[in-house]
Amino acid sequence: MDKLTCNNITASYDGVKIIEDINIELNQGELVSLLGVSGVGKTTLFQVISGLLKPDSGRVMLDGVDITGEAGSVSYMLQKDLLFHYKTILDNVALPLEIKGLKKKEARDIASSYFKEFGLDGSQHKYPDQLSGGMRQRAALLRTYLFSNQVALLDEPFSALDTITKSSIHEWYLNVMDQIKLSTIFITHDIDEAIFLSDRIYIMGGKPGRIIDEIKVSIARPRDKEFLLTSEFLEYKRNIIRKLN
Amino acid sequence: MNGFKKITNKMAPCLAIVVLLIAWSLISYLEIIPRFMLPSPLDVVRAFINDFDLLMHHAKVTLLEALLGLGIGVVLGFIVAVIMDQFQIVARAIYPILIISQTIPTVAIAPLLVLWMGYGILPKVVLVVITTFFPITIGLLSGFASADPDGINLMKAMGASTLQRFAHIKLPSALSSFFGALKISASYSVVGAVISEWLGGFDGLGVYMTRVRKSFSFDKMFAVILFISIISLLLMLGVTLLQKALMPWDRKKNN
Repeated sequence: MDKLTCNNITASYDGVKIIEDINIELNQGELVSLLGVSGVGKTTLFQVISGLLKPDSGRVMLDGVDITGEAGSVSYMLQKDLLFHYKTILDNVALPLEIKGLKKKEARDIASSYFKEFGLDGSQHKYPDQLSGGMRQRAALLRTYLFSNQVALLDEPFSALDTITKSSIHEWYLNVMDQIKLSTIFITHDIDEAIFLSDRIYIMGGKPGRIIDEIKVSIARPRDKEFLLTSEFLEYKRNIIRKLN
Repeated sequence: MNGFKKITNKMAPCLAIVVLLIAWSLISYLEIIPRFMLPSPLDVVRAFINDFDLLMHHAKVTLLEALLGLGIGVVLGFIVAVIMDQFQIVARAIYPILIISQTIPTVAIAPLLVLWMGYGILPKVVLVVITTFFPITIGLLSGFASADPDGINLMKAMGASTLQRFAHIKLPSALSSFFGALKISASYSVVGAVISEWLGGFDGLGVYMTRVRKSFSFDKMFAVILFISIISLLLMLGVTLLQKALMPWDRKKNN
C-alpha cells in the first residue's frame, strides 16, 4: 500500500508558479529520489509535503489521511545538518521528542537508546562542533527519524560531505533504513547517488517543474560499492542523462 | 618559544600599568603638578585604607542601587526586545524613540528625576534602569535576529509552537550578544548610580565623592574613583563567569 501520495500538486512562491501537477507516491520501506537541476522545485515540493507551504491545489495523503498544509506529520531534514551548536548531540537528537511534549528526561532516555544503532555511541555529551561531518549527518538523521518514524524527507543531506565519507554513509544509510523500516524521499542532483540509493527515481524538469519521468532501479538491496562499476549502473546513468537533457 | 611568547603576551598589560604608575608617581613626587592636586599612587592607597569602613558603607548603598536598577533594566529590556521581535509593527514604531532616548545625556535627566522623586533611592534606581535598559534591548534584538531561519523552519516542520521555537532557538542564539550587552550595562549601572548620587542624597559613593571634592581631599577623591573602577571590574567579571556557566558549548568548541 502507498505510504504517502502527492496528488496533482501545484504550488507557488511569491506569486510565481514553481511546481505544477506533481503526482508521486512512496511505498512502505521504499527509498525514492527526486532528481533534477537546481531551481526545478524539488525543495518547494518538500515544503508542501512537510506542511510548511500550502499548495495552490492538490493533496498530500499519509496512510490515507489528508495532511495537506499540516506541519508535524513527516520529518524533514534540510541541506545543512542544522544541529544546534548550543545543544549537546543528545539534546539535539531528543529535540523532536521534547517538542511532542515529552519531559526532557524521557526524551533523552528514548533518544539515547538509538545511539548505538546509529553509530553515534560516545558522542552523547559532545557538542556538534566537536564532531566530524559524517557523524553530524548521522546525528541529524537520528533526529529526523525520532521526529517521525514513518516518512523522512531528506533534502540533499550528503551534499556537503567529501566523496569518501559520502559513499560510506550511503551504505550505512541503506543498512539503517532497512533495520528501522523507514520510507524515504530523497532530493539530490547527484545522478550516481540517486541510482545507488533509490528504488525509484522521479526526474523533474521544466519551468514550472513537473515530473518528466520515473525510473525503476531493479537491483536488490543491500547494494555495495561494486554496483557503481557495473554496466547496469552505467546503463541507468546513460538513460537518466539523456532524459535530463 | 611559544611558551615564552605566551608569557610576554600576559606580561605586556601588567608592564604597561607599572610604567603608568611610575610615571604618575614621578609627576607627583617631583611636584610637576602640585601634590595636593595630584596625590601619588601611595597617597591614594593610604587614603583608601584609612577610609575603608566609610567607603564600604557608601559602596553598599551604591551597589544596591546599581544592582536593583540593572535587574529591572534587564527584565524590562528583555520584555521589550521579545515584544519587538514578535511584532514587527511594534519594532518599527518604537525603534526611533529608543534611539532618540539614548541621545539625551544622563546628567541632564538626573536633576529632573531628583525633582520628581526626591532624594531617596528611587531616582537613582530609575536612572540606572534608563541607562542599562538600552544596551540589553538592542543586544537581545540583534541576538534574536541572528537565529538561523532554516533552524526555525525545521522547528516549524516538526510542529513546534512559538514558545518552543523561542526557547530552543531564539533564546540560545541571543545569549552571546545578551552577555556582551550585559557587560556594558553592568559597568554603566555603577556609573549611573554614582552620577545620580552627585545630585543629592544621603549615602552612596557619589555623595561621598561630592563631599571629599568640596573639602579638597583629592587623595580620597582618587581613592573613591579607584574603588568605583574596581567595583565595575568585579561586576564585569561576574558577568563573564555567569556567561561561562550558562554557555558551556562556547568553552568546548576549541577542544
